[in-house]
Amino acid sequence: MKGLWQLTWLEIKIFAREPLGLFGTIAIPVVVFLGLGRLMRGAAGSPGAPEAMFLKTGLPVLAAILMSISAVVSLVTIIAIYREGGILKRLRATPLHPATILTAHVLVKLLFTALTLALLLAVGRRFYAPDSAATLVRFAAALLFSTAGVLSIGFLIASVVPTARFAQPLAGFIFYPMMALSGLFFPIALLPPWLRVASRVMPMTYAVSLLQGVWRGEPLSFHLWDIAVIALFAALFTALASRFFKWD
Amino acid sequence: MNDPVIRVSGIRKAYGPVVAVDEVSFEVRRGEIFGLVGPNGAGKTTTMECLEGLRSPDRGHVSVLGLDPFRAGTALKIKIGVQLQEAQLQKRLKVGEAVRFWASIYPSTLDPEALLEQLGLREKRNAWFMTLSGGQKQRLFIALALINDPEVVFLDELTTGLDPQARRAIWDLVRGIRERGKTVVLTTHLMEEAERLCDRVAIIEHGRVIDVDTPRGLVARHCPDRMVVVATADASARERFLVLPGVDAVDADGTSMTIRGRNPALVTDVIQCVSRHGMAVTDFHTTVPTLEDVFLRLTGHSIRD
Repeated sequence: MKGLWQLTWLEIKIFAREPLGLFGTIAIPVVVFLGLGRLMRGAAGSPGAPEAMFLKTGLPVLAAILMSISAVVSLVTIIAIYREGGILKRLRATPLHPATILTAHVLVKLLFTALTLALLLAVGRRFYAPDSAATLVRFAAALLFSTAGVLSIGFLIASVVPTARFAQPLAGFIFYPMMALSGLFFPIALLPPWLRVASRVMPMTYAVSLLQGVWRGEPLSFHLWDIAVIALFAALFTALASRFFKWD
Repeated sequence: MNDPVIRVSGIRKAYGPVVAVDEVSFEVRRGEIFGLVGPNGAGKTTTMECLEGLRSPDRGHVSVLGLDPFRAGTALKIKIGVQLQEAQLQKRLKVGEAVRFWASIYPSTLDPEALLEQLGLREKRNAWFMTLSGGQKQRLFIALALINDPEVVFLDELTTGLDPQARRAIWDLVRGIRERGKTVVLTTHLMEEAERLCDRVAIIEHGRVIDVDTPRGLVARHCPDRMVVVATADASARERFLVLPGVDAVDADGTSMTIRGRNPALVTDVIQCVSRHGMAVTDFHTTVPTLEDVFLRLTGHSIRD
């Protein structure tokens, strides 16, 4: 893993220089979150109203999942651009280990996800109050873990997309339906049976369950099953990606 | 000095039904500039990538500095320098950052600042890659290929897309690499580049090596004909040139005579003939065959077709 920190630092700087990079990753989730929060708070009459419930647990989890998806879409796009431009190939002709190159990108995405989450929590204080600081730490850990899991799907997508032009729409096409079926917007039990099955085989569903539980203040030990399934998906997708990944 | 640093024997590489490289064999000696020359799509880059360890040949054997490039991994990568065809870097990566990062991943390196200075990139240290001109990008890629002070440097289509002035500047840099005792392997589809820069060339077409030698040796072997053009109004000139030893043909076009022959002394003979008979000559020049003519002779078509 020689060169990992240098490459990660370099990629952080490069990403920060992208005119829309920082804005898209950090500002948009925060702005959406604040906007929705304001709207919901206005609509929520009593503490028991559905809007109030959504504000309490749904919104933070929605924002977290959006961050995750934005990280993976950005990763897929960057890998596709790097491959198309021959950057991946050029790096592979150096002593850098191929895994180092990809790990650096995962670290950059996790770092920016953590930054966005921190910003979100800082500005979102007035809309919700998590039970304790410990909950916040667990939530952050759960989000980074889920994002790392979802990024492994990103690598698999990045292995098969021919060009950068297809990368972004394809990633969106895969992740937004996953989000719709993840139990974030309506309970999985209300889905027709075949969609319920589809929901069960999507890693996003487990990420949502984990994040919702942790946000409600449950300990991580309540969600070992979610964690195990996400880890299993991550291992599977990483293995598939390393089998099919193309450098040029 | 002449021991081979690279041995390629009988390599073949196919992409599906397309055979890109077929039974290619050659050796590269220490300290020479060796050129793989041929039209686009001839298999030059695939051959090069087999030497760089980026591809594994389907058949045959490659040895670079005594190692199998595809399997040696880091052990070889730290000893070679690579410039890839049409490569890019991150758009917003600064020149200085690129060179320093490259320096950080090799066990021993040249001084990045000195290298940038030497390649005329010092003022561009803080410029983003995307803002560089074609020539500056190529010089940066040369810097990255040299940063680890490699024993063998691979340069793939180094000057494609550059204007003649930038091209000449790059040629000087490549000669400088050889002067420091390094071995250079390059590909080009420019015959002039091969002729001026390479000590030896392998002519490649349709994935096969047609011949390997010095540019001069290839010309002598395949295009031994000499050509002298004399412009004279002397009516007897054609007859007099025709009887010179070793002259194959004299084509007259108005007052301009083109004399062809294989005799190495053809030019001397023509000059003496002109002088002996006191011909009034208004123009005199010789045409020496080039690698371009060798390629035409060997393949039946021009490299640009």
